Amino acid sequence: MAQFRQCPDTGLFFHKEAENLMKANAVAGVVCLLIGGILALLVVLTRWPAIHLLPADSFYMVLTAHGVCALIFWMIFFEMAILYFAGSTLLRSRLATPRWAWAGFVMMVIGAVMTLAAIFGGKSSVMMTSYVPMRAEPHFYLGLVIFAVGALIGCFVYLGTLVVAKNEKTYEGSVPLVTFGATTACIIAIFTIASGAEILIPTYLWSIGYISHIDPAMYRLIWWALGHSSQQINVAAHVAVWYLIAGVIFGARPMSEKVSRAAYLLYIFFLQLASAHHLLTDPGLSVEWKLFNTSYAMYLAVLASMIHGLTVPGAIEVAQRKKGLTNGAFEWLRKAPWGNPVFSSMFISLVGFGFLGGISGVVMGTEQISIIIHNTIYVPGHFHATVVIGTTMAWMGLTYLLIPVLFRRKMIFPQAAKLQPYIFALGMSMVAVFHMAAGTLGVARRHWDMGFAGNPLGFEYPATAYLLMGIAGIGGVIGVIGGALFCVIAVGSLVFGEKLQKEAGLLQSFGVPLADSAYTNEKPARLPMAPAEAVEADHGESGFEAPGTFILAMVLLVSFVIYYFINWKYLSEVWGIS
Amino acid sequence: MTSLLPPAQKNWWAVPVGRQEIIWIAIALVWCLIMFFMMPLWHMYGNQNIPTEAYKVTPAKYQAKVNEMIEKYKVREETAMKIPVVAPPDGADVYLLARLWQWYPMLELKKDVTYRLHLNSIDWNHGFSLQPVNINIQVVPGYEMVLNITPNKAGEYTIVCNEYCGIMHHAMLGKIWVKE
Repeated sequence: MAQFRQCPDTGLFFHKEAENLMKANAVAGVVCLLIGGILALLVVLTRWPAIHLLPADSFYMVLTAHGVCALIFWMIFFEMAILYFAGSTLLRSRLATPRWAWAGFVMMVIGAVMTLAAIFGGKSSVMMTSYVPMRAEPHFYLGLVIFAVGALIGCFVYLGTLVVAKNEKTYEGSVPLVTFGATTACIIAIFTIASGAEILIPTYLWSIGYISHIDPAMYRLIWWALGHSSQQINVAAHVAVWYLIAGVIFGARPMSEKVSRAAYLLYIFFLQLASAHHLLTDPGLSVEWKLFNTSYAMYLAVLASMIHGLTVPGAIEVAQRKKGLTNGAFEWLRKAPWGNPVFSSMFISLVGFGFLGGISGVVMGTEQISIIIHNTIYVPGHFHATVVIGTTMAWMGLTYLLIPVLFRRKMIFPQAAKLQPYIFALGMSMVAVFHMAAGTLGVARRHWDMGFAGNPLGFEYPATAYLLMGIAGIGGVIGVIGGALFCVIAVGSLVFGEKLQKEAGLLQSFGVPLADSAYTNEKPARLPMAPAEAVEADHGESGFEAPGTFILAMVLLVSFVIYYFINWKYLSEVWGIS
Repeated sequence: MTSLLPPAQKNWWAVPVGRQEIIWIAIALVWCLIMFFMMPLWHMYGNQNIPTEAYKVTPAKYQAKVNEMIEKYKVREETAMKIPVVAPPDGADVYLLARLWQWYPMLELKKDVTYRLHLNSIDWNHGFSLQPVNINIQVVPGYEMVLNITPNKAGEYTIVCNEYCGIMHHAMLGKIWVKE
């Protein structure tokens, strides 16, 4: 008999098994973020030329671990929590096969520990990408494979939960938009993990001597179907989190269910093509292949992101205007709850992902422009805007939301939590922007010493490049402080936060079930459809529902166009290549 | 909390879309198409396009081609390691080899002359990053890539390795001089 409890504050229903899995996955994710953050500090302090902290061998080891921890483990653990939330809690359904879900979780933990052990053993400093024929220790690859299989089990548990919810008629009509988005993430995740298996299993066999040769070009092609697509899981999932938070904080209604879902459908069809972004200067790939893939088939996935970029803030604006905040174009935004870290994290994630991560990503993924950006530190600049300011900040906002709802604890240090998103965003924006700027001056990524110590030839990057890397270093330290603050608040709340329910003890914060008294055997009432919309009385000026959002969207577009053509101008000045 | 609830209408796909979204989608779609067609246009009218010419090659064969070129066109040696400097004739095939942790040999080219630059690594992945112009090409072992390059400014250029290739990655440099 499935047991549920209802959150008295939000009315959300938690299935006992699903709840504990969400907690365990979220906590494991935050632990990985913590490790990744400590490693980030070491990376930042080494790449800050004036400090240059670590020796070369430790630097490459730490950088490998930082990438794997922050970009894979933190993201995927947290995504599992989101899937279970979107499948079970939002649909008021019991979770399908919780034992399988636990088995998946245990495999993910074992895999993560195994890979990190290989890296910190010192003989697997191959970077997250582990391009063959550079060789890591076998358990580096094996750990990743085990982790991925665990995540795959989680994906199927989620899909199974959708089936259970449908069969047991736990909701009316179609699944909510947030669940639709999570399903998109799940589908992309399955594609991603299949690609990962396709390349990492042979590479593991190669590392133990069962396969003699792995083609390095083929490796890059298939590996990036794992490497880039895994970031697209994040995109689909964090857009779902934006919709979720907009719904919770503002009661926002999607401007159009059809438009938002169609945009997700474009993600499913086209987002994974982006593996080509990494191969634009590789030998032997045809122009047609590169053009089709790098542009996600004529930028249809970019179109999807631009749609979400309008509809998420647009939905917030419409909701705010209904509450009477109708003065001018931006009263709805000015009077948004900027002191609530759930909202501020989410909105900074939205703006940062669009302006910093999105624009730079499309520009650098342009076939020819890749020539002036490939493998420079511009690339980490870009993806710290997408996966840190974009995804990580969305996860942080969701965590602040879930501490009372899921963990039943009151958040500690509420004043510090108000500031945390701003500190983190400031630091990480500096990292993103100044790394990108240094990249345009040619500074290499994954490089221990921009002074090239030990080489007699001598080459100096311009002094500006050193300055930019120094500022990025300061930004990195600020970012780490912001990240540490998040970890302190999140973990601290689970341990020391005031209990909102007597059953929510210490162990319960980490996945041990609450006492039976917290749950009832009663099946939750069926999830109703959203109330039909009242007649649209006021359409705002110029007949637009959300004029302020439209202005913001046009600002994004103009920045995009200008930045895009500036880069073509830079490209036109370099040596002819044909 | 309506994004957390099933849509208000059972037939949500038949609900008309608002004017604002339609206008934005149209604008965004036009921009997406402009960006897409910029790429084939640059292939027709631009001067910086990565060619598709590439061959599978073994390290020994490639090394032999490099040695043959050095024998023919070597003009001097540089540094204590006596790295040869090659000044190939106009339009010649130029073979540059990447290995742990060196670009080999060094090149002396002429401004506004087009050369067929061959790139290959004989061990791991490397990254050809020409500074300060900032041209970046992936160098993949086993694949000999051919680029028709035309230096457009005289001066001393450095090839940095920007694909991680082990402990001395940071010290992997090469040189190209471009003369008037």
